[in-house]
Order: sequence, then structure tokens, then C-alpha cells
Amino acid sequence: MAGALAYLAQILFLIRKELRDLFKDRSSRALLIAPAIIQSLLFGYGGTFDLTHVPYALLDQSRGSASRELVARLDGTGVFEREATLSSASQIAGQIDAGRVLLAVSIPPDFETLLAAGSEAPVQVILDGRNSATASAAAGYVASVVAAFNAERGNAPAVTIDRRAWFNPNLQSRWNLMPALIAALSMLQTLMLSAMSVAREREQGTFDQLLVTPLTPTQILIGKALPTMAVGILQSTLIFLVILFWFRIPISGSVPLLYLGLASFTLASVGIGLSISAVSLNMQQAMLYTFLLVMPLMLLSGMITPVANMPEILQIATYANPLRFGIDLVRRVYLEGAGLSDIAFDFVPLLCIAAVTLPLAAWLFRNRLS
Amino acid sequence: MSARPPIVAAEGLRKTFEGPDGGEVAALDGLTLQMRPGELTALVGPDGAGKTTLIRMVAGLLRPEAGTLQVLGRDVTADPQGVQDRISYMPQRFGLYDDLSVQENLDLYADLHGVPGEERRERFARMLEMTDLARFTARPAGKLSGGMKQKLGLACTLVRSPELLLLDEPSVGVDPLSRRDLWKIVQQLVDEEQLSVLVSTAYMDEAERCAQVWVLNRGKVLDRGTPEELRARARGLTFLAVPPAGMRARELQARMVDAPREVVDAVPAGGRVRFIRQPGADEAALGTLLAGAELLPREEELEDTFMMLLRQHAAETAGDPAAAPAPAPALDPARGAAPAAAAGPVIEVRDLVRKFGDFTAVASTSFDVMPGEIFGLLGPNGAGKTTTFRMLCGLLPATSGKLDVGGRDLRSARARARAGIGYVSQKFALYGNLSVRENLEFFGGAYGLRGRALKARVAAALEEFELDPGARSGDLPAGYKQRLAMAAGLLHQPGILFLDEPTSGIDPLARRAFWRTITALSAQGVTVIVTTHFMEEAEYCDRIAIQDAGEMLIIGTPREVRAEAGTAGTDMNAAFIGIVEQARARRRDAEAAA
Repeated sequence: MAGALAYLAQILFLIRKELRDLFKDRSSRALLIAPAIIQSLLFGYGGTFDLTHVPYALLDQSRGSASRELVARLDGTGVFEREATLSSASQIAGQIDAGRVLLAVSIPPDFETLLAAGSEAPVQVILDGRNSATASAAAGYVASVVAAFNAERGNAPAVTIDRRAWFNPNLQSRWNLMPALIAALSMLQTLMLSAMSVAREREQGTFDQLLVTPLTPTQILIGKALPTMAVGILQSTLIFLVILFWFRIPISGSVPLLYLGLASFTLASVGIGLSISAVSLNMQQAMLYTFLLVMPLMLLSGMITPVANMPEILQIATYANPLRFGIDLVRRVYLEGAGLSDIAFDFVPLLCIAAVTLPLAAWLFRNRLS
Repeated sequence: MSARPPIVAAEGLRKTFEGPDGGEVAALDGLTLQMRPGELTALVGPDGAGKTTLIRMVAGLLRPEAGTLQVLGRDVTADPQGVQDRISYMPQRFGLYDDLSVQENLDLYADLHGVPGEERRERFARMLEMTDLARFTARPAGKLSGGMKQKLGLACTLVRSPELLLLDEPSVGVDPLSRRDLWKIVQQLVDEEQLSVLVSTAYMDEAERCAQVWVLNRGKVLDRGTPEELRARARGLTFLAVPPAGMRARELQARMVDAPREVVDAVPAGGRVRFIRQPGADEAALGTLLAGAELLPREEELEDTFMMLLRQHAAETAGDPAAAPAPAPALDPARGAAPAAAAGPVIEVRDLVRKFGDFTAVASTSFDVMPGEIFGLLGPNGAGKTTTFRMLCGLLPATSGKLDVGGRDLRSARARARAGIGYVSQKFALYGNLSVRENLEFFGGAYGLRGRALKARVAAALEEFELDPGARSGDLPAGYKQRLAMAAGLLHQPGILFLDEPTSGIDPLARRAFWRTITALSAQGVTVIVTTHFMEEAEYCDRIAIQDAGEMLIIGTPREVRAEAGTAGTDMNAAFIGIVEQARARRRDAEAAA
């Protein structure tokens, strides 16, 4: 009993030392808090695929009442902004090449006559395909405006699709991206902090000093992992609050379950970070390894591109990526309101990663050849 | 003497920096100095004397706040580039590129200085020959030993012929052999090229080689002159005391250091004590202090004058901690871990071997350390002493052999076994962000101290080592960092203390205080294992071991080691060089025969 108490007391001293080291001076304190808030605001405003301002050029050679009505509908969406009104087809290329407009709408001279005759009246839309995602989204918008125009004129097609998106009623890409940040942004910081922690101590010589004390590698591991996890979860909380109260994306699931998921996710991230740190000889190496790792972790996480779209071999590789399951877990709890039984599988790879990396780090503390 | 104008003329230089407590610290305080061309000029002084500040100012890297500075006849503040084009400067940590080879480093610096191809070839050949690095041109600089790195740094500094060479403590952390080589190069350049050299140093034997010596302290010039002139200041005050039978030299030395009214300075030397008496010391008090020791007059040395000047200055500036007698630790003698009663050795090493791949860092080494002994591990850079030391502490596994520290192998023993040892590394490993108190509390806690016991130990340590509990440890001067590292290493009252170059980078006064602490600990039965580059510190040890190229060359008392070195053994430095060179010659002969 007394032995267990002494064991825990030593860990507490370690944790206190780590927290003091992290929060002691103002600049490092600010570095732990400000980036999370700034980045989540940046992603919230900047990281969206939704089209809100589409500059376009109009070439109306018909100049009839029908073409005017169609153009009024386009302008009336609030999405399309007419950047240029052209007088000849030869001007289109210049507008698109220079990137001044994303698309050009060309209405032929016989538009009015064809419509009046009750036959098909083609409208040409020329898109800047250099950004394929934006271009196809814009084309979709134009198509829906034209469909509404047709319906009004009584040219309704036989079948119409009435869509309703669950979990994200307005299909805003922000809703999809932001909850993922709760995991992704805090992982960046957690990885960096844990990767630096042992490497910095090795560099300043304090790690040897720790190894000659009666502290066991397990104690050092716990003393390093817990404070870093606390910082990671603190950051997740800051991002969570920004999303909930600033961007007003409502949470459907249970907050305690969200935190249970975040805790296991952060544990796995810290395990990876500490392993990197234990392998590195100095901070520079630790920094380099972390950067090398962060890009594939982000790419193979399903944050932006769905995992199901990846080649099979990469899909298998994502099982070693805590971020994939962290994001899945957060999104499903946040947007779907998933319960523990729905997301139970996400915990398996996370805990497996932690179970491998944490003991590896502890072993490396002592056995890394210097 | 010379009619030529001075190459450096400083008049009333002043420069202040912000101190750790927000107040101003004067690095240079109205300093006036002249340096003559074509000779070696030394700047000596303890840490914080202003040596580096002055050198950086001469190099045009810092602007004085007041005063004028003429270098090579130009005003440096007005035209730093004009001066920089004609001088070479080697800072304390020279910027070698670790991943580039020796040759690539040389090429790089030659390119930076725009040395033309023809001149470059000649210069490289000469530099490589002088530094003896010709064999290693393809080796990455990061893989060189400390001494070789420093030589390469000097070679890179000298890729072109400067009119003035500035060297800032070129031999810090360099072993005596490499130190000698380094000075040989500089001397050769002065003799052959009439190079003017301004060098700062903490070693008096180096200052002794210079034509002019300037003694600085706290930004002021304390004294100056040729080494002979300076030595003369201590004439008639220098003695050797031979302790009576049964008394160890360092015990007598400890008594003398504790009596600043009678004695200026005392250090053990070959079983005796070299000391300087106070000019106005009371004869009777001195007699009591000596406790029957026999007195022999000895020739004065530069070091004597230096210590006298420092003590005087420290005494004049009130409140200077260096003026107070060294802290003698009042540690609790009841040490659980100290097996003082045991008759056998506390540390037993048998056939210890450590290999890194093909390279044998430590070859079959055996020795014992007895309880309460001070045991010194000496050797040139890269000799294997750090490897041996790290194996003893359990930081590095041995390839083969037996290691026994306090009855256990620290590598494989349970973590609790490490509670009996204390460890102070050469980096004074501390958490720079944390305060002095927070550091102590952490290390105490790591050693299992808690609650009231921890509080009491921390309070005692703060008092013993005269530390300010609230100061941020990263801001402490080197001497205080070292005290804090010692305090942290001793909090749990270990029976065995491991010290890895514990005095590197701290000034002579702080070194005296440090050794006073060690002697007191040893008197209480603590076993001390220490590595050092300062050969005079070997004199405090009961026994020393000298290693080179992984081999144990000799183990014995300082006196035995000197005797073994034969005629070369007039002082510890010479004895060390003699022993290492004899062994290297034997090895070469053996290789030639094979």
C-alpha cells in the first residue's frame, strides 16, 4: 500500500513538472491555446466547398424576354455574380483564361424563336475545369436554375428528384469538415508536443538525469503521456466550443461518449508521438519525423476524401492511422448521434495502436543506443 | 617597447545587459586596454568577466554604449565591415557543419571568405598539416572528437591570413593533449607570420605563453603585464605545506580554504597543499591553522597572482558571494545507502567491455572504488571515460564484464537500487523554465521524497548552496547552475555520487567552492566518482585512473601517477600527457612489430 502510494506520488511529481514546464511562461501558454482557436476559425471560414460567390460572364445574343428572365434567375440566386457582359463569343476564352470568371453562359440568338416554337433551346455553359470540384458544383447550380425555369414554363420533366439530406440538412460542407477538426487539429499539437518532450530532455541532458533516478520507464511514460493527453483534450475542447457556439453546428450525440472517444484517440496519438521522441536523438529529428508522418496521417484519414474511395492497399494502411478512427468517431457522435454500440469498432484500432506504441516508447527510453 | 601603434585600443568601453532580475549587469564597465601588434595577448578572468563581450566588440559584432574602440587603426563602431575584412574570429562554439566532411567545411569557409584557388591550395595544405587532420579530410565534422573539432574550427578560421586573430576560450572542454596541439599551431603562426592574437582563456598555463596578460573581472581590468611582472605580485607569499602523517592533503586544504583571513588560496598537489598566505596574516593564527604541517617556500606562479587579484576584488565588492567562504555541506551523516561500515569496495568493475559495432570504446577494464573514496576518471576526449562512466550509472549497457555498484548492477537492478546514487552531468541538466525551488522539488520527488521530508531537504539544500529559490534556473550564471545541479543530486543523500565533468565552464573561485563541498562529503563517507579535464583537480582525488583509446593506462594515487610518468611528472598536466604519450608510443611500436 505504502509502496503503491510512493509509486503514484512519483508520477504526480513528474506530471506537475511537465505541466509547469508547459504552462510556466506566457508565450508557451499562448501557443497551446491560441492556434487551436485561430485554426478552427480559419477552417470554418476558409475550408468550405460550398459555392457562395461564383463569378460568371454572360453572352446573351438573344436579348429576348425569355433570356432576360433566365438571366434574372441566375443573378437572383445570390450565388452567381455577373463579372462581365460579353458581346461576342471570342471574348469568352479571355475571361476564363485569366481566371476572372468560373463559367460563361452563352445564350444563342435563336433562343427566343426556338422556345416560342416549342422545340429544344440549348444554352451553352463553359466551365473552368482547372478546379474540377468547384466547376462541377457550379454546373449543378446552373442546371438546377434551368430546371426551375423549365418547370415555370410548363416544360416539367416526367420525373423529378426531391432530395433530403440527413444529418446535414443543408448539405453544408462545413458541417462535415468542422467536427473532424476536433480530432485532426488537436492531433497535430499532441503529436508535436509528445515528439518533442523526450527529445528535448535528451538534448538538454535531463533525460539521463531522469534515468538515473529510481523512476521506472513506466512511470516516466505515464508522467509524459498524461499531461500531453490533457493538453490534447483541452485543445479538442476549445475547437468543440468554437464549432458549437460560434459556427452553431448542433451536436446530436452524447458529450461524455465524445470525450471517451477523444481520450482513446489522444492516447493513441501520444503513443505514436512518444515513440517518435524516444527514437529521435534531438529535437530536429523529432520535428522532421513528425512532419513526415503528419501528411499521410491527414490524407489517409478520410477527413477530406472518403477512405472508401482509396485503393484497397491504402485502405488497409488506414487501420494504423488513429486519425481515421478519431474522425469517424467524432463525426458519428457529433452529427449522427451514434451511441457506444454504433462506434464500438472505432475503439479497437485506437486501443491497439496505443497498446503497441506506448510500451515501445517505454522500452526505447532505456534501450535506444546512444 | 615598440614604436608601432597598438593594434587594438579601447578607451572607457561600457556595455550593459539585462540581468535575470530585470536589473542591469555591466559586462564591460569603463574598460581601457591596448594590444600590441605581432604578439599573443591573453584576456584572463572568471565567468562574466567580460572577455567574450570585449572580443565580440573588437570583432565589430557588438556596439559599445560608451567609449571608443580602435582596431587596426579604424573605429570599429563606424566601420565594422572594414575591420571584419581584415580579422578572423573564432567564437566559443565555432559553427562547423556536422554533416559536412572536414574538407567540405574548409572549402565552405574558403568560399565564404573568397580565398582564391591558388592561395587556397597552399593554405589548406599548411592548415591540414599543422592540425594533423590530413588523414581525416573525408570524415564528417560531427564524427570528430572534441579536440579535433576545435582544431578544425581553428583551421576554418584561418583559411585566409588575417591581420588579427581573435580566439574566444578556444580550449574549453578540450583535453590537455589537444590543448597543447592547439597552442602549438597558434604559436607557430605568431612566430612565422607575426600574427597578432587576442585570446581569452581560463587556463593560466595558456596565459603564461602570452606576451601580455590582462586580468579582467566584472568588466574591469584588475591588472596587466607580462607573465613575469604579474607573477612577481605574489612573490614571497607562496608556500607548500606538507601535512603531518595521517592527515590527507585535501583535509588540510579544506581547513585552509575555510580561513580566508590567513590564506588567500589553497589547493592540494601531490600529497601536499600549495597555498598563498595573506600578506598581513597573523603568524600565530597561521601556525594554529597549519596544525604541525611543515612549510616549504615555493616559486610563485601566474595562477597565484590571478587568485590573489580575484579574492581582493571579490572582497572589495561587498555582497559578492565568491568572497564568502565556500559552503560546507551540513548534510545528515546518517546515510541509509552508504555502506560505510562495509570493508569491501563499493564499486567493483571486472573486465568491463563496451563495443559500438567494430569500435571498442572500452576494452577490458577492471578497478575497485572503496567507500568514502574520491575516484577520478581521466583521459583525453574520446578515450572512453564517458562511456565507462555511463555504464557505471546504468545509462548504457555493457557489452561484457561485471559491474557492481553498491552491491548491484544498476543496469539490471530494480529501479529502487538507483536511490542510493546521485548524478551530476556536465550539462548541469536542469529544467530551465522552472524555478530553483521547482527543480529541487521535482528531483526530490523523483527520488521518493514527499511532504515534510521533502520540504525540509529542499530548505536545507537552498541554504547550504546559497540558492535563490524563486530564480528561473535557466537564467542562473554557470556557477550557480552547477550548485543547483549539485543540490539536486544530493537531495536524497546518496551514498555514491557520480560527477561528469562537474566543473567545466565555471570559474576558479566557484571550482574551489565546489571541491570544498566534495571534500566535506567524502569526509562523511560518501563515495565520489568524478571525470574531469582539469588536471589540477585530479589532486583532490584519492586515486585516479587514466584511460586512452579505451584502455586503462594507470590507476593509482596522484603521487604514484606522477612517479610513473617519470621526469615529465612535475605537475599533473605534464604527468597526464607523459603517460598518454608513452602508451601511444608503445601501441605504435606494437603495431609496427605486428
